[in-house]
This record gives sequence, structure tokens and C-alpha cells, in this order.
Amino acid sequence: MAFDLDERLDESRRVGFFTDTSICIGCKACEVACKEWNHVPDDGLEFTGWSYDNTVKLSADTWRHVAFVEQRKPLGHQEPGVGEMDFRWLMASDVCKHCTHAACLDVCPTGSLFRTEFGTVVVQPDVCNGCGYCVPACPFGVIGKRESDGVAAKCTLCYDRLGAGEEPACAKTCPTDSIQFGDLDELRERAERRLEQVRAAGTTSARLYGHDPGDGVGGTGAFFLLLDEPEVYGLPPDPVVTTRDLPSMWRHVAVAAVALLAGMAATAWRRRG
Amino acid sequence: MDLRWPLLRQLTGGDRTGRGPAAKSARTEAWRARTATADRVVKSVCPYCAVGCAQKVYVREEKVVQIEGDPDSPISRGRLCPKGAASLQLTTDSGRRHQALYRPPGAADWQPIDLATAMDMIADRIIETRRETWQWEQGGLRTARTMGIASLGGATLDNEENYLIKKLLTALGVVQVENQARVCHSSTVVGLGTSFGRGGATTFMQDLQHSDCVVIQGSNFAEAHPVGFQWVMEAKARGAVIIHVDPRFTRTSALADLHVPIRAGSDVAFLGAIISHVLENELYFHEYVLNYTNAATILREDYRDAEDLDGLFSGFDPGCREYDQESWQYEGMTTVAASGSRDTEYRRVAGTDPPGRTEVHGATGAPLDGRARRDETLRHPRCVLQVLRRHYARYTPEMVERVCGVPRRLFAEVCRHLTENSGPDKTAEFVYAVGWTQHSDGSQFIRAASILQLLLGNIGRPGGGIQALRGHASIQGSSDIPTLFNLLPGYIPMPHAHEHERMRDFLLADAPHKGFWANMPAFLISLLKAWWGESAQPDNDYRFGWLPRLTGSHSTYDTVLAQLAGECKGYLLLGENPAVGSANARMQRLGMANLDWLVVRDLNLIESATWWKDGPEIETGELRTADIRTEVFFLPAACHTEKSGSFTNTNRLLQWRHQAVEPAGDARSDLWFMYHLGRIIREKLAGSDDPMDRPVLDLTWDYPVHGETAEPSGEAVLAEINGWDAHGRPLSGYDELKADGSTACGCWIYCGVYKDGVNQAARRKPASEQDWIAAEWGWAWPANRRVLYNRASARPDGSPWSERKRLVWWDAEAGVWTGHDVPDFELGKSPGYRPHPDAQGEAALSGIDPFIMQADGKGWLYAPSGVVDGPLPTHYEPQDSPVANPLYGQQRNPARKVYEHADNRYQPSGDEPGASVYPYVVTTYRLTEHFTAGGMSRFTPYLSELQPEMFCEVSPALAAERGLVHGDWATIVTARNAIEARVLVTDRMPSLHLDGRVLHQIGLPFHFGPNGLARGDAANELSAISLDPNSHIQEVKALSADIRPGRRPRGPALPELVRSYQRRAGVGAGTGMEA
Repeated sequence: MAFDLDERLDESRRVGFFTDTSICIGCKACEVACKEWNHVPDDGLEFTGWSYDNTVKLSADTWRHVAFVEQRKPLGHQEPGVGEMDFRWLMASDVCKHCTHAACLDVCPTGSLFRTEFGTVVVQPDVCNGCGYCVPACPFGVIGKRESDGVAAKCTLCYDRLGAGEEPACAKTCPTDSIQFGDLDELRERAERRLEQVRAAGTTSARLYGHDPGDGVGGTGAFFLLLDEPEVYGLPPDPVVTTRDLPSMWRHVAVAAVALLAGMAATAWRRRG
Repeated sequence: MDLRWPLLRQLTGGDRTGRGPAAKSARTEAWRARTATADRVVKSVCPYCAVGCAQKVYVREEKVVQIEGDPDSPISRGRLCPKGAASLQLTTDSGRRHQALYRPPGAADWQPIDLATAMDMIADRIIETRRETWQWEQGGLRTARTMGIASLGGATLDNEENYLIKKLLTALGVVQVENQARVCHSSTVVGLGTSFGRGGATTFMQDLQHSDCVVIQGSNFAEAHPVGFQWVMEAKARGAVIIHVDPRFTRTSALADLHVPIRAGSDVAFLGAIISHVLENELYFHEYVLNYTNAATILREDYRDAEDLDGLFSGFDPGCREYDQESWQYEGMTTVAASGSRDTEYRRVAGTDPPGRTEVHGATGAPLDGRARRDETLRHPRCVLQVLRRHYARYTPEMVERVCGVPRRLFAEVCRHLTENSGPDKTAEFVYAVGWTQHSDGSQFIRAASILQLLLGNIGRPGGGIQALRGHASIQGSSDIPTLFNLLPGYIPMPHAHEHERMRDFLLADAPHKGFWANMPAFLISLLKAWWGESAQPDNDYRFGWLPRLTGSHSTYDTVLAQLAGECKGYLLLGENPAVGSANARMQRLGMANLDWLVVRDLNLIESATWWKDGPEIETGELRTADIRTEVFFLPAACHTEKSGSFTNTNRLLQWRHQAVEPAGDARSDLWFMYHLGRIIREKLAGSDDPMDRPVLDLTWDYPVHGETAEPSGEAVLAEINGWDAHGRPLSGYDELKADGSTACGCWIYCGVYKDGVNQAARRKPASEQDWIAAEWGWAWPANRRVLYNRASARPDGSPWSERKRLVWWDAEAGVWTGHDVPDFELGKSPGYRPHPDAQGEAALSGIDPFIMQADGKGWLYAPSGVVDGPLPTHYEPQDSPVANPLYGQQRNPARKVYEHADNRYQPSGDEPGASVYPYVVTTYRLTEHFTAGGMSRFTPYLSELQPEMFCEVSPALAAERGLVHGDWATIVTARNAIEARVLVTDRMPSLHLDGRVLHQIGLPFHFGPNGLARGDAANELSAISLDPNSHIQEVKALSADIRPGRRPRGPALPELVRSYQRRAGVGAGTGMEA
């Protein structure tokens, strides 16, 4: 992480999402419940032809997004009955990862983005000046600027609901409990157990994504059980906090500055001499 | 210190980096969840499908600010699907209208109208049309009715609203009262009712978790009932095998262990082959089958099976296309025909049997009388088991491959899973929806599953049963308290002209001495007392004569033809959108264009309200707005949060909704509409001495009203539905009903819902404080039972079949039946009880007769009466099919109902010339993101953006064959109409290999229409009116069509395209009409 400013992020108080895509039915209740709770406007009515996905991606106006992936691959012991070929239909609800090392937070010049007492990352629309630095900073392409008011917007993990002791709207509504909310430690243990089950049931390609504190973003507060490579779902395979190199950049800048100053001083001294 | 500056907070607080609490703005600090700041939380129920998910409605300053799931619910556990989650937008922020509108005859646009004026005008129209079209008799038979007025709608409304609709319209002499239940699940009532005794699902949602194998067929469970599907996932997590049999690989298949693609409309062949597999391999549950079904009963010698007559049963009369069911009956047993007495005089007059009668026993089974002969060895060649074996002998795995396109390997897998997971220690459950019901032999699809589940011993047991998934919040309720032409509340039949002149004749025909109908006089007289109070006396037959009489089928589809013929002049649409949702949508609109007046009550300006100015026929030039004389009233409706009332969910569970806020503007509940309409009509008729007005004026119609809008009390209506005794005390159950006029009860099967004067449907004891049955959440009919026929969960001797499947058992010491659920049996009747030959009513059933509503107490493998198109399910091809029936010479259901009309042409099928013009199979369906005909989803932005446009799903092979381009447009053509849709080419729509050919299927969601945000042509433009003869349900799940690339023509070129196809295929008046 850039400045290691979050080194004191209290893991024991951190909450998050475990999205188990192996039981997602692609109903999109999470997308709707999120919009209802957070008053997120609709994101345009466009038929895309991308299977049943017409919201396409996470954006300022879509904070939960369900991906639909039709593949000619087998799913564990499932017998798809689609001709003689293998077939599976994967669905997964994506969301802001609430990274341990959050680049959006690093680059925000106004303090609009902040780390909450729950370990989540939230945008304050009243502070945001619309500079947009956070948008390219996010390695997952989660955050976006809303065209109507120019303010950055993304999942808050229902910060207001957490304050009232309630779970986020998407997790609460999820019909099959594919989206699970809770303490991150407990979720990680649960996910490990679930992964074993899914693999034992024959889906050996299943994996966890974002659960590892050793990854390029220090692990995420919202992590996933995927049934295939992350790219298949539109997720980066090896996300890295985009501000990773800032410390060394600053060190280089400092060295350069010192060198420059030294040079200038030497020049001045020589001139005087 | 002033800590308003973040920098100060950063330097002085613990957040030295300034990325945490120090960065919080004042607004963020003050940010509170609106659930926490609400003034009150109101308990409600989701208004979409019939799973019945509980909702919490948060109200602040008299506005609804949030709606979310209620975690206390044992059914939904706080979860909601996208539609339920969008109900805040539906109720507060969608395209909802709050202004009453009026369109004068010939006018080009709406004009606002004062609500009171509109009500007054509507009352005048009803009075006038009624007088103009009043019919005291038809052909010399007393009818006492009007055929000039019809209503459609009720499945989205409350039980109390349905009750007032039926009560007022019946008193006005209107018989054409119908609702979505006709269109969705009427065949369920026939199929389950004749098999088991009651027409509702045999189990409840949460019980799915106990299943060892779940077969989902004819249903897209995960998409259409997502929150209910959590219980399938629970079963799967516990190790159950999940099988999905469906033409498409859907979101349900994606989570199943096994998906079996099947040709739409061929399910009877598939199920029949499993039945044959079970019988031929002796895999049936012998002790269950012998004791609890009619397997041992011996049939008459003159019965001839479809096996003998190439697809016909004995007794078929090709002239009237009906069966004489005499030869189907048990030997030695006199059947009181459930489908009506065979009255030659009646038939001479009406030309048909009393229609719709087979649904009558939806609550209570078909009546029988006498004693049947049994062969306990099950070897007698005429015993039901042997007849069954012979009937299904030709339903082989090879035949499944030829008929259904299902490879033998997959079929064998299904057989293996199903039989391995059935028996004393295991149970399997079937789940279906309208993929089974909406066929020209839909009732038989459900019968086939019933037979199979009886053979496997899966009925009445935990994790077993047949789950009928219904799709409207109270569509079960609108069948129980029927806004249906052929029924009175509690499945009492509507009387027919002539044969039911006096109540005595009526009861003789329909109330036998054995089984539960023995109590029908008490149910009927109590209903008449509820409606006509003091006016109903023994010496006037309790005003039985005031019920208008039927003379044939008056279903919603017959009404459309009556509109086109100019006989039906006024139409009330109460939360239903036939211009999109009913078969042959164009014909629906043409019928409405021929009306004098139309009243549409809805949340939004649906297609059925605006067709006269922007409908498809205006575009094609077939209709001109200025020429349309129909006067149209649009009255905005109150939504589910704006009124109190009860919904009955898909498992017969009544759940009360409390009103959260007052409706805005002119929006009103349908309870308000019906009550005040009745009040105004009665005021206008006051003083009339015309005998036709007496039933209206003497009607009990004095419900208390409250508030500024004078909203009637829903609880008062529920109390009347429950009933009271001579002292006005609420009744606690239907066993208290009397035939002497001392009790009044609006719907006998709901008697007990207001026990002790307490609204039992409003009970909300949290699931966490109850066992899995959750008996104190809402109230289920009958008698608050959750699993029907649960006596069968015990052995004949009364002990559980196994510890694992224990539900209800006989406690010999205490001498009572006991268990987790309310026993569906006389509590004190011991397993050893055997009736005296002369015993009557329930006493005539033995201690081993678990199907207590059947007169013989048995589950019916074979239906000796009650199903008009055959005692055993038989595979027939759909009305329009590109496939010739490989099983029999008989192509289509010979008894199906077809309507010859220029706007309702059928297509050639199978090997007939011209059939290749419409070479592909079309099936229609729902998407998770939308709701039925779209009135509650296409106007809602959050749902519309998820599925914004009409599309069709085709296989890569079909796309290649017809040059269809993914994402581009295609035109789909039938003999009725042509529509356009965006193309989704997908492997999920597998092409089938059957009988040496490749058959392609086309998938069409049916939600779309031209109005609202998410738009497109309606799939129902393509479908025809061809009906199941038992239930009059339309065949929209399997038809045939052509598909071509590109958009459809505009203007007059569209009907010309349809006609050019008709000419090529040789379609004419007689096409597809043969028996």
C-alpha cells in the first residue's frame, strides 16, 4: 500500500460481503434493493444481448451488478442436457470491494472518500468536488461519476444501515443467500468451508477471490466464491492498488529534489566563489 | 474546541491520517437509516407472485419511505426478489396515475373526470345495460340474469375485494365474472381436485427442504418464484437431487443437478413413461398404493381404453365432441357425476354438458356413492393398476425420445433419481406452474403427475407432494372466493338453468351421501344467509332462485366472442390486462372496441385502457379511433400498501396486510369501488318494484366505512366471509355450519379465519419462535393445515413410515391422531375403524382412507368421473403442432374447446398439408424481472432497465437456418398475427432430435406490450383461443410458428403478411377444427 496509512485498519471490527456465486440465481434483487435503498437512479434502458445482463457493469448508477456468463464448459457433475456439449450458465453479483488498500481513498484530494468505523470505504457526496481522480484509481472499475451532478458514487455497504444495526439492502434481499454479510473474519472462514464443499461436489475450478490479505490490494472487504477465472466475470485476475508505487515515487521525487537542491546550492556556491 | 475543521479533528483525534472519522462531514455524521427514523412500521405482504413474502412498510410523515422483507416470515425469511424489492418504486414512484379519466365515444383523447361523477355514470351504465339485456329466461328455462355485462380481474386483489365483486355482480345477475385464475391455474383445480380431493397444492413452500428429490417441470421456479426457490436450495444443501425438465436451460436449470430439455407440450408422454417404468419394474410403493389409492378398484366391463381405440376412450360422441362417462365408472358403484348429471333435456337446450363443473370440487373432491369391488392382489385384469399398466405400456423410453426429444440416457437418469428417492424413508416432490396448466389438455398434465406421485407414495408426506406455483398474490384466493363464472364461494357450483330450478334439485345432483359434500346444504344455505340475510328464509328456498343461472360456458374467452357478437356491452377490468395477457390479444382488443362501455381500474395506463387511441389495430388501420364508440373510464387503483386486506398464497395461506398510508388523489381500493358502486346502484333502484331489482335491494350491503374516502372495513367483510351464528357470534370452523338457516358464512372453507372475533390471518408469530410448520403465522385453509392428506404420512396401522419422514401419527394410548401438523383426518378415528355399509358422510370412510374429501377415501390413479377428456392422461399434440402424434392416430385432444372465428384461425399440424409453413414450436414464459402482462413492472424503471425490451430466444442452429442475427430483429408469424422481437441466440435453447428430425423451439417472454418503459410486441398476439375442456384454460405454452429475420411490416402490410402465410398454409375456417 502506498502510505501504509491504513495499517491500523482494525480487522476485528471489519465487516464485508461474501458473495457465493455458486448459489446465485441471477434474479437481480440485489441490484434493485440497492437502488431502492440508496435512491440510485436507473442506468438507462438498453437491450444489450449479453445473455440476461442489461446493466452491463458497475457504475455511478449501478452499485450491484449481476454478470451472466454462458459457457460451453461443464459445471461439476451437473448434467446440462444441452445437446451433446458441455454447458453452464454462471451468474455472479459484483460490488465495490472495499479494499484493504483502497486507491480511491488514497487519491481523493478532498476527504470525500473515507474509511468508516466498519472498515468500509464510503463517498461523501457533499464533500466530493467531482475531480474524478478516484475513477481511474480503482483497479476494479467500480467507482464512477454521475452525469447528473458530477459527483463520484459507489456502494457504501449501506453505511447508514450498518449504523442502525441492519445488514446492507442487497444482502438482506438476496433470495438464496448468495450475498452474505457479516464480520470479515467469520465470512472468510465460512467461505473456506463452502469452497471445500463446492470443490468436493465436483466443481474443481471453484476459487475464492479477494479473500487473501496478501494480494495486490491487501484483500477485499467484499470477496467472492467464483466458479471460473475472474476474467470470465469481468474481474481483474491480479488487482493491484494503483497507488502501490506512490511511496517509491515520492522517495524518488525526494531524492531528485534533494539532488536538485544540492545542485542548485553547489551552483550558487560556485558562482559566489 | 470547535472541531468543525477536519484538520483540527485530524490533529486532535485518533485519526492522524485524516482518512477515517476525521474526514466525516456533518452531513455524514447526521446520516441515519430511514428505517430507524420511520414513524411506524406496517406489516404487509408482497403484491406480486403467490409465494406470499412478508414485507415491512416503513412510514414517515404519512409517506411510505421504505419497503423490505420481514425476517419473521417462515416462508420468505425477510428476502424479496427484484419485483418485491421494487415495490417501493411501484407504489410511490412509477408511472402511477392518480386522476380518474374519461373517454367519450369517438373521442381522440382522455379528459379528466370527477371521481364521484364517474362512479355515478358507471352506476347508470350498469343499470341501463342490465335493464336492456335482462333475461328472465332462455329457451323457456329461467335464467334471471344479464349477459350484457362482464368483469375480469381479481387475482391481484384481496379476498375481501373478490368477495364483494362476486356478491354484488351475482345479485345484479351478472354471470360473466372471471379473473386470472381461469387463465393461469384453473386446470390445477381439476387435476389435483379429482386426484386427491382438493384443488390446491398438497404441501407448503418450506417443506421443500425435506425433499430428497425435487422435480421441477412446467415451472421456471428460480425465475418466477425466486424467494420460494430458497427452499429448493436448502434441499440441495441437504443433499437432494434437483431435476429441471424444461424446453429451455433457464436460471432454474443453472442451479439444478440435471436439466432435461423437452419439447413443449409433450409432458404427458414423459410422465406416462415414468409411470410405465415404475409399474413394469414393480417400483411402486406397494403398501401405500394398495391401501391409499384406488389401484385395487375394479372397473366396468364396457370400459374401453385409449389403448383399444387409438387414442379415444369409450363413450366419445364426435357430434358434440364430448364423452359420455358412464362406462368409465367403477363396477358396482353409482357415480354422482362430478361433471354434472347427464340431463338429455339440458343437453338439448344448451347443446353441451354443464361446463366448468369439473373445477367445482376443487375444495372437496368428486362425489361418489355405492360400494366398489376391489382386488387386493392387484391382479384382476380390470383393476385400476392393471388398466393403468396397459394404458401406459406404449409409453416407452424410445417413445419419449420420439415424442419429447429427450435422449434415453437422460430419461433413465430421471427415473433412477425419482424412484431411488421415494419410499418409506425418502420422498420426492414435484413442482409445476403454468408450463403444465396452459394446454388444451392441461388438466391431464397435472393428473399425470398426481398418478406418479401416488404410485411412489409421495402424497401427504414431508418432502413429498405436488407444489403448484401460482403467480398472483391472491390467485388462490380468487379461486376460493371465486371471481369465476362457474363457482360460488368455497367451490360450490353455480346453478345451471333448468336442472337446478329449486335448491332441492341442486343438492340432489351435487351433494351425495358419502364424502364431504354430504354437508353441502349447510354450506350453501349459510352462504345465501350471508348474502340475503333476513330475506333468505326456508319458505323462499333461502333465495336460491335469486342466483342467476348458467346455460353454457361463460368463461372470459366466451365473453370475448360475446363482445364481438355485440351481446356483451359493458366490461369491468379490475387489475387485469387482457390486451397483453390473454390469448389472442388482438381479439381481446377487437372485442373491447365493440363495447358500449369499459371500466379499467389499474395502477397505470395499461394497454387495455389505451388501445382505442394507440393500440396495434390503430397502427394497422384496422380500427379508427373516431369510429370506436366504446366509452372508457379509467379509475386509478390503490396499491397494496394503501389498503387492508388478505391475500391467499399459493399454499392456501391467508396473510393479512395492514394499511400503511392513504391512497392519493382519486386512487381507491377495489373494496371501495365495489362497495360504493353497490351503494349508488341500490340508491338509484330504491323504491323499484321490478322483481329483477329485488336481489340487489335485499342484498346485505351495510359495511362500516371510515376515513375521508369512506373506505369500507375489510375486517367487516372478512368477518362475514368467516360467518356467524344466530347470535352474531363468529364461527370457529365449518363443522359449526347448519342447514337450518341459523348460521351465515360467506365462504365455508375460510370459516375459522375470524375465530373468536380475532383476525387469524393477521397472526405474525416469528418463525424463530415456532417449529418449521409455523402454524401461528397467518391462517391456512382447511382448518389451518399445511400438508394436505397427511394421514398418508403414517402406515395403515397409524405409525410413521419412518422416523425420518414422521409427520402425523396415531397415538394409541390417547386414542387420537397427533403430530407436527394439524391432522387431515377425524382426530378420534382409529386406524382400525371400518364403516358400516350404510354409513353416511365422513363416517363412511375407514381408518385407512387418507383422502377424506374423496367419497371412497382413496387417491385416484384412475378418475372414474370428474375429468371430461378421459379417466387417464393421454398424450395429445397441442392444437397447433409441427409434430404428428407418434403415440396414437388421434392427433389432438378430441374434447378440447375450439372457436371458429376469422380472427382466431388455427394452423395445420403434423403431416397435414401446410403444416411446414409454421415449422417451429413456440413457448411463452415469464422473466424474473417482469410480472405477467407488465402492468406492475413495465412502468417501473428499476425493473424495466433489467429487461428493457421484447426478445426471442433461439438456438444457434435455428439462427443459422433462418439467418437470424444475435441482437438484431426477428419476426414471428402465426395464423393469428405477427410480432417482432430482438434476437438472443443462445445454447440455452437447445434444438431437439426427435423421430429422425431436428426440431427447433422459439422462446418468447409474454410480458411486453406497447405501453410503459419496457416495451415490445406482446407474445399473445400469436396465440389462439383453444381451451382445455375441463377448465377453459388457453393453450399458450405450446404452439407453432415461423420465424424470419428483420422487423415486422408496419401499417396494413402487417395483416397482409399474416394473410399471406394463411394462404400458403391453406388456413381456413375448418383448419384444425376436427375432433
